[in-house]
Amino acid sequence: MKLLTNLISGLSLGSVYAIIALGYTMVYGISKMLNFAHGDVIMIGGYMSFVMSVYLGMNAWLALLIAMFVCTCLGILIERLAYRPLRGTGSLAVLITAIGVSYFLQNVALLIWGANPKMFTSLFEGVQPIRLAGGSLTVTAESLFTIAANIIVMIVLTLFVNKTKAGKAMRAVSEDNGAAQLMGINVNQSISLTFAIGSGLAAVAGVLMCSAYPVLTPTTGAMPGIKAFTAAVFGGIGSIPGAMIGGLILGIIEIFARAYVSTELADAIVFACLIIVLLVKPTGLLGKKISEKV
Amino acid sequence: MGTVLTVKNINVYYGAIHAIKGISFDVDRGEIVTLIGANGAGKSTTLHTVSGLLRSKTGDIEFLGESIAHTAAHKIVAKGISHVPEGRRIFQGLTVEENLQMGAFITKKDRIEHNLEYVYEQFPRLKERTRQIAGTLSGGEQQMLAMGRALMSDPELLMLDEPSMGLAPILVDQIFEIIQNLNKAGTTILLVEQNAQMALSVAHRAYVIETGKISLSGTGEELAKSDEVRKAYLGG
Repeated sequence: MKLLTNLISGLSLGSVYAIIALGYTMVYGISKMLNFAHGDVIMIGGYMSFVMSVYLGMNAWLALLIAMFVCTCLGILIERLAYRPLRGTGSLAVLITAIGVSYFLQNVALLIWGANPKMFTSLFEGVQPIRLAGGSLTVTAESLFTIAANIIVMIVLTLFVNKTKAGKAMRAVSEDNGAAQLMGINVNQSISLTFAIGSGLAAVAGVLMCSAYPVLTPTTGAMPGIKAFTAAVFGGIGSIPGAMIGGLILGIIEIFARAYVSTELADAIVFACLIIVLLVKPTGLLGKKISEKV
Repeated sequence: MGTVLTVKNINVYYGAIHAIKGISFDVDRGEIVTLIGANGAGKSTTLHTVSGLLRSKTGDIEFLGESIAHTAAHKIVAKGISHVPEGRRIFQGLTVEENLQMGAFITKKDRIEHNLEYVYEQFPRLKERTRQIAGTLSGGEQQMLAMGRALMSDPELLMLDEPSMGLAPILVDQIFEIIQNLNKAGTTILLVEQNAQMALSVAHRAYVIETGKISLSGTGEELAKSDEVRKAYLGG
């Protein structure tokens, strides 16, 4: 039963990573940049939800919606102001800018909310954990909902990129930006939309994560951000199913390492697994081989 | 007839490299006009500048009497110019059908079905492979898909960049036959080719581009007979 409990915690943590990893992977796919500020958008989402529900006494679900809206706008704004002017200047400039945006967001949060941790109230405040098998298996509502949310997000997103016009346009831009323009696709709009979706999902991930681990500080987003980035690379950066699989596997490895090996070594083990996967398959589990243009 | 495209004195740079040095030409409605020249002469750069992916520092580009020199690439398509770029650049990971849908990105809904039928009529091979991933098509089929995709937006002017590249001679003949059919059906065509012989045989008029400048122009027939062209591009 302990194994099953750990597996469920692993899936739940992995689902959070997967939802964050989607933001990394979609943005990388379309604009070939690593948005290292993505983790901090999660943190802003957490704080927004905190402010709405604790300071303003709003319903936690309504607070989540507002946090999503704010993060969506924030994502669009970051891309517009920080990344778009640098498009075509080389990846190093954009990478450094992303790190700059990351520190900027952390320090803005520090300025507004201070360094003291805030106690986050869960989306499921007061909901009793479900006990199964005579009480030996406990599943929290947070875990269940996080796993379900991940599945829903994956289904909706997969349908979106495969079935809708805007989604197909995003895939076209990811493949060949120039050819997409020749089709009449507004590349700027497609990239904005990608940032909007990724950042909106970051808010969801932030709230889910803070519901399970209810401490909020300005650096809350940094470590999950790095882990989710790892998950995206693990699964094959640029691939949506890859982000999901990478996230889930990473979450399970982390929880199992904590439970059966050592809490201190858990992170080291996670990153060691990444290194091994990349050595064996440099494009990640589901990564596409980049086809060379003839 | 009327002029469809007028390119006036364009100058294009890649960083410090002066790639196009004051090129001017025009294309009339219903014509096939070809730009021929050696590798690196600036033919593709010229097409990229017309379709808005590159910008000229000087001069003007007019399409149907309206300046498009400063219009964004994705808006130029909507005005009626379709560009089939060099190397086809189809969306490899998308299906044949999805590629065609992308070609119809700015096309009005009630025209899409009609255009799709027209494309399948011109390229029956594509119809057999609608659900196939485009990257798995053969070279000739990829060229057909690239041309079909460009036709989905009802172009007034179709710009083709090296449609014969990498294709077997029998396929080259087939592609050129299709180009002539499209032209007869009313599409004006601007063709860039290294295969000068082929290009001159179908073109109404032609321009020779040499290191970023137009060195010669005339009807396809005239140029095919000209000594300079024969020596330089037709192997004597």
